Amino acid sequence: MSVDIEQLAEQEYKYGFVTDIEQDIAPKGLNEDVIRMISEKKNDPQWLLDWRLKAYNHWLTMDVPKWPNITYPEIDFNDISYYAAPKIKEKPKSLDDIDPELKETYDKLGIPLEEQKVLAGVAVDIVFDSVSLITTFKEKLAEIGIIFCSISEAVQEHPDLVRKYMGYVVPTHDNFYAALNSAVFTDGSFVYIPKGVRCPMELSTYFRINAENTGQFERTLIIAEQGSYVSYLEGCTAPKRDENQLHAAVVELIAYDDATIKYSTIQNWYPGDKDGKGGIYNFVTKRGRCIGKRSRISWTQVETGSAITWKYPSCILEGDNSIGEFYSVALTNNHQQADTGTKMIHIGKNTTSTIITKGISAGFGQNTYRGLVQIGKNAENARNYSQCDSMLIGDKCGAHTFPYIEVNNSTAQMEHEASTSKIGEDQIFYCQQRGLSAEDAVSLIVNGFCKDVFKELPFEFAVEAERLLSVSLEGSVG
Amino acid sequence: MLEIKDLHVKIEDKEILKGVTLTINPGEVHSIMGPNGSGKSTLSQVLAGRESYKVTSGSITFKGKNLLELAPEQRACEGIFMAFQYPVEIPGVANTYLLREALNSRRKYQGLEPLKHVEFIKTVKEKMKNLKIDESMLNRSVNEGFSGGEKKRNEIFQMQVLEPELCILDETDSGLDIDALQVVADGINSMRNSKRSFIIITHYQRLLNYVVPDYVHVLIDGKIEKSGNKELALELEEKGYAGIGEQLQTAS
Repeated sequence: MSVDIEQLAEQEYKYGFVTDIEQDIAPKGLNEDVIRMISEKKNDPQWLLDWRLKAYNHWLTMDVPKWPNITYPEIDFNDISYYAAPKIKEKPKSLDDIDPELKETYDKLGIPLEEQKVLAGVAVDIVFDSVSLITTFKEKLAEIGIIFCSISEAVQEHPDLVRKYMGYVVPTHDNFYAALNSAVFTDGSFVYIPKGVRCPMELSTYFRINAENTGQFERTLIIAEQGSYVSYLEGCTAPKRDENQLHAAVVELIAYDDATIKYSTIQNWYPGDKDGKGGIYNFVTKRGRCIGKRSRISWTQVETGSAITWKYPSCILEGDNSIGEFYSVALTNNHQQADTGTKMIHIGKNTTSTIITKGISAGFGQNTYRGLVQIGKNAENARNYSQCDSMLIGDKCGAHTFPYIEVNNSTAQMEHEASTSKIGEDQIFYCQQRGLSAEDAVSLIVNGFCKDVFKELPFEFAVEAERLLSVSLEGSVG
Repeated sequence: MLEIKDLHVKIEDKEILKGVTLTINPGEVHSIMGPNGSGKSTLSQVLAGRESYKVTSGSITFKGKNLLELAPEQRACEGIFMAFQYPVEIPGVANTYLLREALNSRRKYQGLEPLKHVEFIKTVKEKMKNLKIDESMLNRSVNEGFSGGEKKRNEIFQMQVLEPELCILDETDSGLDIDALQVVADGINSMRNSKRSFIIITHYQRLLNYVVPDYVHVLIDGKIEKSGNKELALELEEKGYAGIGEQLQTAS
């Protein structure tokens, strides 16, 4: 290729700045006292403290999962602070009450809080380190019965709902990182859509890690009652730091009869520098239960950040005729590693699942698709379609695919397609001959490769995802 | 406009072009003919800036600039367009999208603002009509699932939209049926003017019945062995390249 790598100024990670704000940080380390402290700070009811402690004690008996196709030095869980919050005297009631320093942070991130207020169509919950700062459009949504708030607030204001549904999909003992999260989670978003209500706007949460040597542990819980609809989006960024930082989240979705939850993620945590120094370790458990008949849960993820990504947004298809979908773009450049995919568990009759994944590896990136499609013995006429495509840019990266299929009912219809291709020099040259730089050509070709996934994103975010992919690919052509 | 002097080109260790000299003035149409493996496509690839071809000696200047110093995209932005012999498929990228990126890339190079969407669509639709291309092709992925003829027509369509100054057509006629050939030829002819030049690389005289060249050059074994006007193409048709070769041997 005719572009000299020297000429390509490495695009800095745009969101790598640090907000200088007075912080309330817990001392490093994890023990029952720390959990009690977090619980106290969050003003937890007793049942929640008990829940945390139970999770913690179970976590102590568990081992770090060794099966993912990723390598990283052992994490010292006592060298992390489990709580960090900007010092705020009182929770802001309106946008005007927010600390200007924080406001500026979100301006820099391209999420001007002021504008959000005017920008119709998207309501945002802002999570900064361990706390939710503010949720916009809350009152407007409340008028039609929708609850959209931070999970801390939900614990206080809607304890019955939280108590009923927290852990309903991902139990505290589910896996190592879910157990850790259950013990120390500090905030996150809560969404409740009542029966028959179609949420009139996109709901979104913007996660930001700022403090040093801290982990972020948030939980998101979305409940869609019968016949309701919601589209939810999360975005994530973090400052550039030489140390790795841990992020372990849990997301639970519950869809009743005829309800639809569309959950989109644009994950752009700091990926580390080009030599693989620093970056977020992203260990996330995301799962949805399609409890109701004809319910539908659709996961769309664009994973461009993090030094390590470990996540398998899954659907448990319990209700007859329920639908699970997973659309994923995962990009690993430089020394990033991703082991990501999905589980589609078919339990009900006539359940359908679709899996479309696009893995792109550049630099020394390692990209693994891992997926399970399981057809239970009572899941008559279940159908799955899986398509897993990988693209390689350069010859030092890797793509790996581990599809598991378990069929216990002979009426199942399964389709699985997989491909691996190297980005073509011919394609790049063709675009260059039409006037595009090699970088733009790569970005165009990769975006084309991901089109089937991007079209599942809400429009504004699809544009953002394309742009993000281009930035993440910079420096990959040499 | 284009001046090629004593050009020697290697691919890997094999010398393909062994001293090609050619001058093309604005408004001229040059046809380059020759047997398989004579170096025709190499010449077009070198002009477009394909890196795997190494220029060992000689020079190419385009509009007074040293072409060999320019990246492929800079050459494109300077006004060189190549219609590919084998147009490449780019799945998931809409035809219009590539075209608009290409056009705006060139406009940016020229210091112009990007073309407004409405104007772009207007231009595009007009050109499509002339080439009898169905509008549905705009949203189809670049060349994906196109028939051979559609691909070639798409190349001409891109050429019409981008309005280059030097058009290189690398065996655009191969694989076309007679109707498609006519459409492609009309597309080329409609672009001919006193400023735009063409290099038409072809095996056969057939296309030249429709697009009448000012000059015909015969490339044999990496050298232009004979140059003439359109009559030379007819002569080739009659005697074959072997005939030209014999003539040359007799002469020397």
